[in-house]
Amino acid sequence: MIREPKIVEIKEIVDETPTIRTFRFDWDFKTLGKPSPGEFVMVWNFNNEKPMSISQINDNELAITVKNIGEFTSQLHELNTGDKIGVRGSYGTGFDVSFKGKKIIAVGGGVGMAPINAVSSHLASDNNVTVISAAQTKDELLFADSLDKLGVDVHPCTDDGSFGFKGFATDCLRDLLETSSYDYAFVCGPEIMMKGIFEILEDAGIPAQYSLERYMKCALGVCGQCCVDSEGWRICVEGPVFENDKINQITEFAQYRRNASGVKY
Amino acid sequence: MLTTDICEVEFRNPLMLAAGIMGSNASSMNWILKSGAAGVVSKSFSLNPHPGYVNPTTVAVDGGIINAIGLSNPGVWNFKEELAKINRRGNVVIASIYGATPDEFAALVGEVQGLVDMIELNISCPHAMDGYGASIGQSCDLSHTIVSAAKDASDVPIIAKLTPNVTDICEIAVTCEDAGADALSLINTLGPGMKINIDVAKPVLSNRFGGMSGKAIKPIAVSNVYSVFEAVDIPLIGVGGIYSFEDVVEFIFAGARAVQIGTAIMDEGVEVFSKINQDLEKFMIEKGYDSIDEMVGIAHD
Repeated sequence: MIREPKIVEIKEIVDETPTIRTFRFDWDFKTLGKPSPGEFVMVWNFNNEKPMSISQINDNELAITVKNIGEFTSQLHELNTGDKIGVRGSYGTGFDVSFKGKKIIAVGGGVGMAPINAVSSHLASDNNVTVISAAQTKDELLFADSLDKLGVDVHPCTDDGSFGFKGFATDCLRDLLETSSYDYAFVCGPEIMMKGIFEILEDAGIPAQYSLERYMKCALGVCGQCCVDSEGWRICVEGPVFENDKINQITEFAQYRRNASGVKY
Repeated sequence: MLTTDICEVEFRNPLMLAAGIMGSNASSMNWILKSGAAGVVSKSFSLNPHPGYVNPTTVAVDGGIINAIGLSNPGVWNFKEELAKINRRGNVVIASIYGATPDEFAALVGEVQGLVDMIELNISCPHAMDGYGASIGQSCDLSHTIVSAAKDASDVPIIAKLTPNVTDICEIAVTCEDAGADALSLINTLGPGMKINIDVAKPVLSNRFGGMSGKAIKPIAVSNVYSVFEAVDIPLIGVGGIYSFEDVVEFIFAGARAVQIGTAIMDEGVEVFSKINQDLEKFMIEKGYDSIDEMVGIAHD
């Protein structure tokens, strides 16, 4: 883990969907540290700096997968291969990846598939992994093909029914649970989706880990910007991944968050 | 054994959370209190919400971090909601406030004094906007005006937090005492400092300049506490680079009745408070000290 930005060159850019791109860059594990799935990096484009989930952890190489949703992400989408960015991290507490020989289900909604891709790829060789990749429409489905190639049982799921299961990730999960059971689950996506998934998994008695996001400034655990009610945990240190029993104690989960000033919305 | 007091406010132990660190909401401050701190100082807040500077707002360097968060806060109306949720039972709650004018400070005091035990005036932030923070605390005249206004408006003790980035911190300290400050916290972050990334030839912080905190600034903080102890009669709170019980003892021997801890949380976690309390108590037993009070300022002739 490094605490000041390391300048890296973008090696490869993949157009994943009309709105989502993956950026690959070299990351020397020996000197910069090897991230674990679920951890994040702070990305500096010399105008601003934001937290980004790590979507792929390869040999001395990382990738982030970015949806174009605002000023910063649209600036990232303008970058070309060979352009430079600053990266520091990796930060946070990632997913528990100690599982072997287990039945795992991972649920990713939209660009929430980024950390789900990292953890599912990691666990695929030693576990029986099922992934629900949910998106609004067929063109926005993320990592369904690449995970399928790794031997993951992928269930694409679209709100509009243009591909795969028609409906929300929650509906797809309920469907799968009618015929299958799982030892453990990993979840990342819009909080409203995660809330729905949480309720289903709790009812089914399946322990799970959830990846959250909040506005971040220092990412070093000092500024307090990303602390969540009501235990005060820092998304950048104790999170971004929390187990289901902790999710119960995050009272702002799927309720509200705070902007750069700290005002709730 | 570890108890101390400042302006007749009792502290379970001499450790409190420094302003600007994990002090943005009641939840995190309650966590710090549960972790062993006797008191918390909130993040500095103003009358109106303020987003602070664009990221990067923090960068780590040898010996600590440089930050220019830029006094982001949700404004006093939202912050009062947080202050009201802090567990005050057995704990000391201190609001850190900032503004540019005497009226702003007086208004903030009036808004929050019913919710806190003490109020700390941020007249020392080195990366504040023009007219705020250190631009007050670097001038005797302005410091006097602001401290007087806050003191006049307040029923709770007023602490002035001083900047080390002055020619003579004792001059400012005496001025604050004369203006009615009940106690002083020293020091705020040092500098400003700067980190330049040599691959892109740019300062890392968006504000370019930021305040330096962490281990590297401790000797300066200790020396400032030592000097100010000889210049004023009001109690002092030491802050700057405290990581261990040894650091706390140095500050107390220099003249502090209590200390504040911030940057150490980055490396040591929130456990730093209970760890230091245990070690400090062991040290006092070994050395035969019965109270914090008898240790205060003993490094002076």
